[in-house]
Amino acid sequence: MIDRRHIGHTMPPFSVEVEKGRLRFFAKATGQDDPVYIDEASAQAAGHPGLPVPPTFLFCLEMESPNAAAIRELLGMDYRSLLHGEEGFSYHKIAYAGDTLTFEQRIADIYDKKDGALEFVVRKTRVTNQRHELVAELRCVTVQRTMTTQGSDAG
Amino acid sequence: MRPTLPSWESLNTGDMLPPLELPPITRLALALYCGASGDHNPIHVDSDFAHAAGMPDVFAHGMLSAAWLGRLLTNWVPQSAIRSLDVRFVAITHVGERITCTGKVAEKFEQGGKRCVHLQLATANQDGMTKLAGEALVAWP
Repeated sequence: MIDRRHIGHTMPPFSVEVEKGRLRFFAKATGQDDPVYIDEASAQAAGHPGLPVPPTFLFCLEMESPNAAAIRELLGMDYRSLLHGEEGFSYHKIAYAGDTLTFEQRIADIYDKKDGALEFVVRKTRVTNQRHELVAELRCVTVQRTMTTQGSDAG
Repeated sequence: MRPTLPSWESLNTGDMLPPLELPPITRLALALYCGASGDHNPIHVDSDFAHAAGMPDVFAHGMLSAAWLGRLLTNWVPQSAIRSLDVRFVAITHVGERITCTGKVAEKFEQGGKRCVHLQLATANQDGMTKLAGEALVAWP
């Protein structure tokens, strides 16, 4: 049973630089052929100051945390029993290559279903840019199954 | 290529977005996504690890499919119009599957003077089996 006293716990904030080359690599890996996400001139022609961070890449940048396992370790979760259940993004301002984004993670909720066979951890992350403008809020639901079955990761 | 906002007035509940059809998922695609996303979980790229974990094979990152849903949206509207995107991982996406991303106008409304549509999103394989379910909110300026 994950200790419910961790509900509300905030993690130390961390900052990540958005690299242009990484955005192009992500475009290649996701089959993105829209030049706005690859070519700076096209991005600028579309009214962007630089290459935009596409909608789900904020989740990848969040994984650049100095210790991506910090919450798992705090909660004593075994990664072999974890599933990525849900991911949500609420957008306020587009981030761009060259921005430095700060991630503030909070354990928003912990609850269980099926008499504790499934436990849910809801992490909420506030993302701001170097001008302290709110870029997005992320919501990640991780599901821990009891260790009666072998673990995997649907996500 | 660059999308302009479709006319909100002309949209109706039930309208479908132009679908996004992906080629069959290869191991190379998973390796590229592993590197580009920074998600180095070996279950997606190392078949020895996957077998040891009791899985028949490596399988796709859920967030790769989420990125495709992001493409479905940005192919339809400029990114600045997307207010939210939420996905639920329903079933594992396997190597070799042909995934199609779909979006449907679920609701059309005005909120705080903004014209909005609420979209229902999904990814499904070649047999129509749902892998991701999701929703998005798009707002007109």
